[in-house]
Amino acid sequence: MGEILVEARDVKKYFPVNRGVIVLKHLGDIKAVDGVSFTIGKGETFGLVGESGCGKTTTARLILLLETLTGGTIFFDGKDTSELSGPELRKYRASVQAVFQDPYSSLSPRMRVGTIIAEPVVIGGAISTNGIKDRIAQVIKMVGLRRDAMELYPHEFSGGQRQRIAIARALASNPKLIILDEPVSALDVSIRAQIMNLLYDIQQKLGVSYLLIAHNLAVVKHMSKVTGVMYMGKLVEVVESQELYLHPLHPYTQALLSAALPSHPDEQREEIVLPGEVSTPFNPPPGCRLYRRCLYARPVCSEQDPPLKEVSSGHFVACHLH
Amino acid sequence: MKSVEQKISSGNVLEVKDLKTYFFTGRGVVKAVDGVSFELKEGETLGLVGESGCGKTITCLSILRLVPGPAGRIVGGEVILDGDDLLSKSEKAMRRIRGKKVSMILQDPMVSLNPVFTIGNQMAEPVRIHQKLSRRLVWEKVKEMLRLMSIPSPEIRIREYPHQMSGGMRQRVVGGIALSCQPRLLIADEPTTSLDVTIQAQYLRLLKEVQQKENLAMIMVTHDLGIVAKVCDRVAVMYAGKIVECGDVREIFYRPAHPYTKALLGSLPKMEERQEKLYTIEGQPPELHALPPGCSFAPRCPDVQEICKQEYPPQSIIKDGHCTSCWLFAARKA
Repeated sequence: MGEILVEARDVKKYFPVNRGVIVLKHLGDIKAVDGVSFTIGKGETFGLVGESGCGKTTTARLILLLETLTGGTIFFDGKDTSELSGPELRKYRASVQAVFQDPYSSLSPRMRVGTIIAEPVVIGGAISTNGIKDRIAQVIKMVGLRRDAMELYPHEFSGGQRQRIAIARALASNPKLIILDEPVSALDVSIRAQIMNLLYDIQQKLGVSYLLIAHNLAVVKHMSKVTGVMYMGKLVEVVESQELYLHPLHPYTQALLSAALPSHPDEQREEIVLPGEVSTPFNPPPGCRLYRRCLYARPVCSEQDPPLKEVSSGHFVACHLH
Repeated sequence: MKSVEQKISSGNVLEVKDLKTYFFTGRGVVKAVDGVSFELKEGETLGLVGESGCGKTITCLSILRLVPGPAGRIVGGEVILDGDDLLSKSEKAMRRIRGKKVSMILQDPMVSLNPVFTIGNQMAEPVRIHQKLSRRLVWEKVKEMLRLMSIPSPEIRIREYPHQMSGGMRQRVVGGIALSCQPRLLIADEPTTSLDVTIQAQYLRLLKEVQQKENLAMIMVTHDLGIVAKVCDRVAVMYAGKIVECGDVREIFYRPAHPYTKALLGSLPKMEERQEKLYTIEGQPPELHALPPGCSFAPRCPDVQEICKQEYPPQSIIKDGHCTSCWLFAARKA
C-alpha cells in the first residue's frame, strides 16, 4: 500500500435519544458508528458495504465534517480534522468532495450547470474569476459533457448526464478525496457502466482517492481495492476486495455474499440465511453485534465484543472464531 | 365460442399479441408499448427486462387494463388470459379479474399498503371481495396467507399496522395480498428494488417457492439481470416499447443475439472476474415521442448497417423459442 490519505481511528458517532421537551431525559444512544478504524491510500478506492442502517453513510458524513465525532479521530494527510479551523478548514472542505446517489435531488434546479459546478471553487476562493471559467470548462470536458452544458439547467439533462454534472462539481475544487455515496444505484444499467468507467478514468488521470459506499456487491468489488463490511455500526471485515470475495471469513460477510445475485443462470450459490432481521443499534447489548443471528455463536460472543484483528496479511476480521 | 377452442389448443395461461399502448400527449404520440407479443405457461416465469422508460411497466398495466387515462390508451392487440380476451371485457368484468385471476406486486410496499388500516384488514379485502366466505373463514384465510409468506406469529401480525413492520415483511404482506385469491398470473413489478441484499435474496426465494407450490405463471419486471438469472425461465428484453429479443434464460445469457442484449450483459460488473473497464453502450436511451425511423437501437448500435436506419427489422427465429428483431439475423435468412 502506498501513502495514506485518510486514517479513521476508532471513530464513533452516537445519536442521543431523549424524552421530554424542556427537561430531557437521556434514554440511550443510537450507536450509528461505533469504533470504526480504516485507512484510505492515496489514489485508491476504499469500498464500504453493508445493509441500510449499518452506518456507512454516517461514516462518510463524519469524514465530510457534516457530523461531529462522538469519539475517535480522523486524520487527513496526517492532520487531525477536528482541529482544523479558518483557512485550513476551508482548504480541507475543498479537498474532500462528495457525489450522492440521486442526481435529481443533489443538483439545484434553479442554478445553471456552470454555477453549480463553480460553487465549490468560488467558496474555496483560491482562483480568480477567469480562472474559474477555465476550470469549469476543464472539468466539464473531463466528465464528457459538451461545453455549452454550462449555460443549461439540470432538468435539461438525463439521469446519467446529471450524475456527470455532480462528478464535475466534485472535481472542480481539485479534491484529494471524493466520497461516492451510491453513485450508480439510481442509474440505468447501460448508464451505470458509463459512469463507473468515467470514475475509473478520472482516478487514473488525477490520482484522487475514493470512498465508495454501495450496497451492490459487484459494483464495490469492481471499483474498490480494499473493501470494508459494516454491520450495525461496526466494521466486521476489512480486506482486499478480491480476497473478500474469494475467502470471506466473518459469518456476516459470508451471508451477505451468498445473497448476492448470480451473474448467470447456472451459478448456484448456497445461500446462507441468518435468522431474524437487523435490529436498530439503539443501546446494543455487550458482545458481538451479530450474536443473536450468528450461526456459529459461542458463549464468549455474548460477553465480549470481538476486536478487529489481522488474521493474515492485510485481512482484518472482527470475530471470535478467527 | 371461439375462446373455448383456444383454451384447448394453446395451453398457455397468458397470450399477449401485438399489444399497442400509446400515450397521446401535447408533444406527440408516445408509443410506450408498440407491438409486444409473448406467451406464458403455467408455472413459468417470464423476465421482462429493460431500462427505465422502455415500456415494461406499461405492458403490465395494459394486461390489467390499468393504463393511466385519458392520455394513455390501448390502441391494439389482444391479451388472452385462459382463453378470454381481457381487452374486450367491460370495466365491471375486469374488476372481477383484477386481484383474483391476475394480481400484481408493486415496487414499494410503503406505497402499496395503506398506513391507516391493519395488515389483517388489508389482506382480507381481496378475499372478501372475490370469495364468499364467512368472517371467520376470511380471517383463517388471511392467517394462512401470512404463514405461506413465512411471516412469523401471524396471530399478532394480523393486528399490526404497516409501519410496525420492516421493509421485507411489508413486501411479504403485499405478496400475501396478491396471492390470496389463487391467481393464475402474478405480475411482480420490481418487487425487490427497495429491499436490502439479504432480504432481496430471501424474498426472491420465497416467491419462487410459492410459485412452485401454486403452479403460478409469473411475470417478473426488472432491470436487474441478476434477478433474471436467479428466478426466470424465459426472458423478454425490451427497448423503446418493443421486445427486441426473447428466449430461454440460458439462451439469452450464453448466446445473446441482439446487440442491445449483448451490451446489457457486457456492462454488468462480475463478481468472479477482475476487469478494469466495463463494456458500455454509448449514448442515451431514445426519447419515445421522437423515435428514429427504423430500429430504435440503431443510433447506439455498434453493428449498425444502412438498412437499420430505414426499416424496423422483422422478427427472426434463431432457435426454437429464441427470437430477435435485428437485421443482423434477418439478413442472414434472406
